[in-house]
Amino acid sequence: MSCPERADDFEARRKRLQVMSDEKLRGYFWELAEKIVAPLIEEARTHTTPSIERSVLLRMGFSSTEAKGIVEQMGGRKLLGHGAGKLVLNLAKAKGISVRTAGKALLQGNHWEELSR
Amino acid sequence: MKLTPDRKLDVREILEDLEHYRPRRKGWTWRRKKENHHIGPFLYKDTSDDLAQSVPLPAAHYFGGIDPQCDFVITTEIASGRFEDDLRRMRMAAWHGADHIMVIRTTGQSHIDGLIEGTPEGVGGIPITRKQLRATRKALDAIEDEVGRPINFHSYVSGVAGPEMAVLFAEEGVNGAHQDPQYNVLYRDINMHRSFVDAAESKRILADSSILQLDGAHNANAMAKEAWKVTPELFVQHAINCAYSRAAGMPPDLIALSTVPPTAPPAPKLRLDLPYAVALRDVFQGYIFRAQQNTRYMETDMLEATVTHVLDTLISRLTSADIQSTITPDEGRNIPWHYNNVAGVNTARQALMGLDGLTELIELREDGPLRGQVRELQERAVLFLEEILESGGYYQAVANGQFVDSGYFPERKGDGIVRDPDGSDGAGTVIRREADYGAPVCSHFGDSVCAHGSGKPCEDYGGCTLCVPSKIRYIDELDPEDNVAKRLEHPLAERAAGKLSPEVERHGDNIVCVTLFLPERPPVAEAAALEMAKRMGLENPEVISRRVLHPAEGSVFEIKGALDVAVLVDGLSVPTREMPLPEAEIEAWARRRNIRLVAATVGEDEHSVGLHEILDIKHGGIEKYGFHCHDLGTSVSVEEVIDAAQERHAHAVLISTIVTHADVHRQHMRRLDELARRRGLRERLVLIAGGTQVTDELARECGMDAGFGHNTTGRDVASFLVRALRAGQPDTEPPAKG
Repeated sequence: MSCPERADDFEARRKRLQVMSDEKLRGYFWELAEKIVAPLIEEARTHTTPSIERSVLLRMGFSSTEAKGIVEQMGGRKLLGHGAGKLVLNLAKAKGISVRTAGKALLQGNHWEELSR
Repeated sequence: MKLTPDRKLDVREILEDLEHYRPRRKGWTWRRKKENHHIGPFLYKDTSDDLAQSVPLPAAHYFGGIDPQCDFVITTEIASGRFEDDLRRMRMAAWHGADHIMVIRTTGQSHIDGLIEGTPEGVGGIPITRKQLRATRKALDAIEDEVGRPINFHSYVSGVAGPEMAVLFAEEGVNGAHQDPQYNVLYRDINMHRSFVDAAESKRILADSSILQLDGAHNANAMAKEAWKVTPELFVQHAINCAYSRAAGMPPDLIALSTVPPTAPPAPKLRLDLPYAVALRDVFQGYIFRAQQNTRYMETDMLEATVTHVLDTLISRLTSADIQSTITPDEGRNIPWHYNNVAGVNTARQALMGLDGLTELIELREDGPLRGQVRELQERAVLFLEEILESGGYYQAVANGQFVDSGYFPERKGDGIVRDPDGSDGAGTVIRREADYGAPVCSHFGDSVCAHGSGKPCEDYGGCTLCVPSKIRYIDELDPEDNVAKRLEHPLAERAAGKLSPEVERHGDNIVCVTLFLPERPPVAEAAALEMAKRMGLENPEVISRRVLHPAEGSVFEIKGALDVAVLVDGLSVPTREMPLPEAEIEAWARRRNIRLVAATVGEDEHSVGLHEILDIKHGGIEKYGFHCHDLGTSVSVEEVIDAAQERHAHAVLISTIVTHADVHRQHMRRLDELARRRGLRERLVLIAGGTQVTDELARECGMDAGFGHNTTGRDVASFLVRALRAGQPDTEPPAKG
């Protein structure tokens, strides 16, 4: 749905803004901007994406190809909502192995049933 | 790795042991500002630290070869498609004052869901990979040592792999990044939810590594039908990215607004663009300003683009800027060429040094129309924000086509960009975090069970790559054919064979550009110009700029084409010229000795400027080193010169022959040599000739010891004198002390 055409009715619309001082107008500007981003940042706080999860695995010492493989498989199993990095770390802890060993084992198709539990 | 000015950058050396190369620092670096900075004959107000090595502006030799550096960081954008060719361009740009090198990504990388590895070739930019970033950073580390100023390296954290790119940038010492989810939404057609969720993570990573973030608002200028009408929306785009970045944990001093003066002449540019620039700076106090130059109205005429860019830079100086970005003047006709990056940088450098101290002299009038225009823009922006909220928020406003509409808001033309919140690339990939969601790494945004407690989230496994860089996994190449080693085979073989070809973008592209004026009406003139280019031997000639001077009298054309005429370097006759001696060495030698010079402009010639520049202390000439110069003036005969040399027991004679006809300059030189011989003075007299038509080769042919042409400095002549006198003139040794 596109916005319908509208003539420039600025002079009518500005009337209620004209009473504001410059400082007050700037304050109002930022108040509106913050209101607009509030729901967006809330969504970011409570959601993740495959790229975020791959970026977590990169930071944990996996290569880009390894991270891609692990996240793809976790995505397929609807596991990403728990956090790819945390799942790998939990597996490493449970098995007493390094996070890299745990991640590589997942890439080889091992231990997936434990992650799904 | 150390670079020296007389050696080309060796890409093999850069690629060597890359696996273990670590960046020397993280985060952005500003120039160190210097007010009241004495450089050469001038006092500067808006400068920064000098460079250790550079190529000064062409006119600098009139002022002692000075190269003052402005207080703004200067950006150049580089995009040839091959990073190994880009590195050489970066070095050239740095020698001309660029300290923010922005690397454009290859077309389509935004839509690749994941990272690319290795060094594949790109189109209109390079695929950003770990290897390319690391190699570039390594090269820039060496280049910044060579020029003596930190260089900021910059690329893009956009597309569907933003968080991964951000990690890559933090790990590899990238200093600046574009990151703005609105860019994904509006211009890359990437799903809104995905873009914003990714962006918060990316911004947090960038912030923790002190990487300067630029927004994408300038694109609205470039896309809008009438760029000055999109200005109310630009406040909004800047504000959304600023507010979102702060909410993600980024401090304002890392958040840069990418802003462009929207118009170009013949529009009344400053009357429209200046109030907009002032209004933005009012509202966004405390944020960083990256002032871009206009691209929206660029045509193929490089002079026209340059004038617009000078006016853009004037606006930066009249208001404020932290970074002055530059646009290559050829962007309207082709992918930028090497030397046009340098031309763009020089436009900013030249304009900013010319405008030094301007704001001490003038200020913007507060009692004129400016304040009213500023206020109107700000109110229109507020109305835009209100309408977003009235629509039900940002996503719905985009769905309604509120953005990049060609109306001057609140006017609407109904032609804005429309995106479906549940559609586009990456739709349906955003996942709700479960209650036990965790991300055991640093620089993570949002809910995570790993973020609780006092320690780092990565301490359970010995640290993440941001804390322990040795854990970074480096992939060298994935494609055995499309990689830098393969691409280098040909240029390296050519270089080993001593072959040299012209280039504008990449090694061996053979592209040259010729300018032709044809005195005919435009279509005939153009056909003739192309035909002539073909006869010159240019392959695939193409008119890249045409300008009518008069409908009947003629047009001027610039034509590019490939010139396949590689020459062998060994077969060239290259005049050898020694590097000038260090100034301190010249002075230490000359001042301790009573070195007497006789100089004159010979023949019937009243030009004195050239010789004065070589001699006079006030022109930075050789007197400053302690040589004793006796200038006989202009229109002096060769006999009078020799008489004076004999009378004064001179060590050297300098003649200037500027106006030349019928080879009179050759006759003067020959006559000087002949007279000196006849009087038995030749053995102890160093004879030097100078002038616009003089070359060293020509002068030596005519019996001189040296000849100096255009662009000679006092230091060049002094260096030659010291070397010549030191080598062959025992009587110039200082008298024994006693």
